[in-house]
Amino acid sequence: MAMRVLVGCKRVIDYAVKIRVKPDKTGVVTEGVKHSLNPFDEIAVEEAVRLKEKKLASEVIAVSCGPPPCQETLRTALAMGVDRGIHVEIGGKDYETLQPIHVSKILAKLAQEEKVDLIILGKQAIDDDANQTAQMTAAVLDWPQGVFASKIEKMDGTLKIQREVDGGVEYVEAKLPAVISSDLRLNEPRYATLPNIMKAKKKQIAKKSISDLGVDITPRVEVLTVEDPPVREAGAKVESVEELLTKLKDLGRI
Amino acid sequence: MLRFSTFLTKNHSCWVMMQKSGHGLSLRAYAASSAQPAPKSSTENARETKKEKKAFVTNSFVMNLFNGQLKSDQVFPFPEVLNQEQQETLQMLTDPTAKFFEEVNDPLKNDLIEKVEDNTMEGLREMGAFGMQVPQDLGGVGLNNTQYARLVEVVGKHDLGVGITLGAHQSIGFKGILLYGNEAQKKKYLPPLASGELIAAYCLTEPESGSDAASIKTRAVLSEDETHYILNGGKIWISNGGLAEIFTVFAKTPVKIPSGEVKEKITAFIVERGFGGVTNGPPEKKMGIKASNTAEVHFEDVKVPVENVLGEVGEGFKVAMNILNNGRFGMAAALSGTMRFAIEKATEHAVNRTQFGNKISTYGSIQEKLARMAMAHYITESMAYMVSGNMDRGFVDFQLEAAISKIYASEAAWFVVDEAIQILGGMGFMRDTGLERVLRDLRIFRIFEGANDILRLFVALTGLQYAGGHLKELQKAMKNPAANLGLILDEGAKRMKRVVGLNNGSFLTPYVHSDLAESASKVNKTIEQFGVSVENLLMKYGKNIVHEQFLLNRLANSAIDIYSMVTVLSRASRSLQQHLSSAEYEHNLTSVICSEGYERVQLNLNSLKTSEKLKNFEKMSKISQDLCKHGGLVQQHPLGF
Ligand SMILES: Cc1cc2nc3c(=O)[nH]c(=O)nc-3n(C[C@H](O)[C@H](O)[C@H](O)COP(=O)(O)OP(=O)(O)OC[C@H]3O[C@@H](n4cnc5c(N)ncnc54)[C@H](O)[C@@H]3O)c2cc1C
Repeated sequence: MAMRVLVGCKRVIDYAVKIRVKPDKTGVVTEGVKHSLNPFDEIAVEEAVRLKEKKLASEVIAVSCGPPPCQETLRTALAMGVDRGIHVEIGGKDYETLQPIHVSKILAKLAQEEKVDLIILGKQAIDDDANQTAQMTAAVLDWPQGVFASKIEKMDGTLKIQREVDGGVEYVEAKLPAVISSDLRLNEPRYATLPNIMKAKKKQIAKKSISDLGVDITPRVEVLTVEDPPVREAGAKVESVEELLTKLKDLGRI
Repeated sequence: MLRFSTFLTKNHSCWVMMQKSGHGLSLRAYAASSAQPAPKSSTENARETKKEKKAFVTNSFVMNLFNGQLKSDQVFPFPEVLNQEQQETLQMLTDPTAKFFEEVNDPLKNDLIEKVEDNTMEGLREMGAFGMQVPQDLGGVGLNNTQYARLVEVVGKHDLGVGITLGAHQSIGFKGILLYGNEAQKKKYLPPLASGELIAAYCLTEPESGSDAASIKTRAVLSEDETHYILNGGKIWISNGGLAEIFTVFAKTPVKIPSGEVKEKITAFIVERGFGGVTNGPPEKKMGIKASNTAEVHFEDVKVPVENVLGEVGEGFKVAMNILNNGRFGMAAALSGTMRFAIEKATEHAVNRTQFGNKISTYGSIQEKLARMAMAHYITESMAYMVSGNMDRGFVDFQLEAAISKIYASEAAWFVVDEAIQILGGMGFMRDTGLERVLRDLRIFRIFEGANDILRLFVALTGLQYAGGHLKELQKAMKNPAANLGLILDEGAKRMKRVVGLNNGSFLTPYVHSDLAESASKVNKTIEQFGVSVENLLMKYGKNIVHEQFLLNRLANSAIDIYSMVTVLSRASRSLQQHLSSAEYEHNLTSVICSEGYERVQLNLNSLKTSEKLKNFEKMSKISQDLCKHGGLVQQHPLGF
């Protein structure tokens, strides 16, 4: 039986952008900054689309939680071959304090509503690097999980998941329904082609609000301050080993 | 040789002039074109020809410049043609295109192997890059000109060899089918062309016929049973000539004209390689755009079905010129991408390289270079989107502006990349830096799709002819002043104002942001001076002005400068009005551009009348004649041998 697959699509600041901290230190500058689909989510999308192309999946649904521009992120996924999108609209303060715990509940709720058999998420988002959402989603649903997947094989009613671990690979088998998170080497995502981007404009994106889903997103953490990493101090060149030793002694390091 | 004997006597539509080609033809160069986007039915044609016999009016800014008038419709405000949806779509298309070029395409490799790598070619096909302006229902992406310009800019930023492969295919190769094809031709050819399954080429140039495109010798004769044409001839330097399956070919055909006489007229054909008798030569070895295939294409007794005539029989010259005319903005857009790349490289180097204890970006010489590069780019980019925007707004009389954008862009890009190499010093000369290749790639842009020298003459002569027509009307009116009092008084008043300088500083003012008032007033002056110069030239030289290329070039250069200034005034005004964060920066660019442009226009227009300059031109003509007589330099070597 072909699976129904849900994939997560987080809109993040593009990897090539130089991140700047806001002057009031409440976060980083996002306005006027290029955003794109989280690279690990792109891998998740690619995997789901390949499952569909292999007729192992019957439908692929992409979800993005966040402000209105998330729809552009969803369009990218649609252009890659996802069937339809769900945009869970969360803006302003709510979005600033949105954490993996909240997102996992949203995803769990949608997974139940959509009766999906498989959730594929990126192993982490390149903005907050939390690496929690997949694990938490599995916990909320009480489904088996296979995180950091570098290869997925569909067996009869189960999935065989290959994971890269220290010193080798590990295989886990998970019964469906299950939650998977994609590692970097799971696949190489395709380019969204121009004709497919145009076609994706006709695909449907459903809009949902938090109240529709009945999920509690009250903040659990408070951001006190966001700071730039400390600037590395300039080094100095020394002419000889003797000089180096003297310098180090003067500094009280030896 | 350009002939211009219809000057001041015939009407002013270039297209109509061209139809009289052969004898007494005015401008039959590679450059000339109408701006008629679609073929007309024969009745429409007849009607139009009649209409054009009366005064020819256009809202083209550059055309009206020759009358010393500001026509603002096509320059103010700066065109904004994309609605929100189109804008969003374009943004979505731009990222993957850029990513493809950054991650898949390897320009140095393409240059080395002298072809676009197979995997890149395949990737481009999948991307949909071969059918960007083909309607979606025919398998293309369905972009308008502005959207196309933006994507082509990305291509130009990364690889001009790929750019020409794509451009020779869709900007000229099958553009004729988009512009002039009938339903059946479109349905048959566009889908496989849009997908890149079939590659197209544009075949005009021949060994004996380059700039003088009307002189081609390739011939097509109707078969006795009138089912097909027999095509014979040879084309050279055809981009994609070795790859293409579909060729837009221009050939002479015997055509019966209304008087019953049979004349040789150019007709455009869609030729399939599969028709038989189509062969091509090996890829040419070139200075640049090596990745782009350039080859001879030969046609030997090729049977071309009559259904494959593109446009009307005998109307092929118009088809050929209009294809080029419709594609020129793309060159300006691509080259503004190229300049963006070079400027990024140069600034990066300037802020990192230390010599004599300081970053070289702190030295005035480097600062002037960077600033001039930015100005040249700003003008090019603004022109590209002004022309594409006007095309999308449905204007059809953009031929002079399109020609100017091609001239300006190709020269500006050469200047910018050359200076970028200078800023990088020895590093700039190294292959892996990626600038030397670009410089080589760029050189051809001043030569093909209308050599810049020819396009300059085209701008000057087309404008002069337009102005000449108006002058002629005035002269006619003077014969019966009573009946034409209005016209005469109007013209008289205009002239009076010019003489006493009343117009100065006024007619651009309503359109330009007040912060740029000083620049606007300078440009105002140049517009008036330009009008006066044109009038003086016409009075002094009459139709013989056509032989005065020294003067025509200076007139064209002034027109280019004035159009540049007006374009950036329009763009910067918009930025100021919208309080863009770059508004002040653009303000600075614009004021320097206008200040220096103003000076250059003074110099150029003055040289049209100062006797010393005119004597210089005579002397240069003589020097050149001496050179040609001697087959090279004339003087003795300083060492005597
Ligand atoms: C790489 C490459 C790709 C090309 N691709 C194509 C293609 O796809 N399809 C195609 O049809 N053609 C193509 N061409 C041909 C190109 O369009 C011609 O080279 C161009 O039109 C100039 O013609 P020409 O080389 O014969 O120069 P000529 O016309 O002989 O001109 C030589 C010089 O004289 C000047 N000149 C000529 N006449 C006059 C005049 N009356 N007054 C003043 N100056 C004058 C010119 O400006 C030029 O500087 C390509 C050429 C190259 C090199």
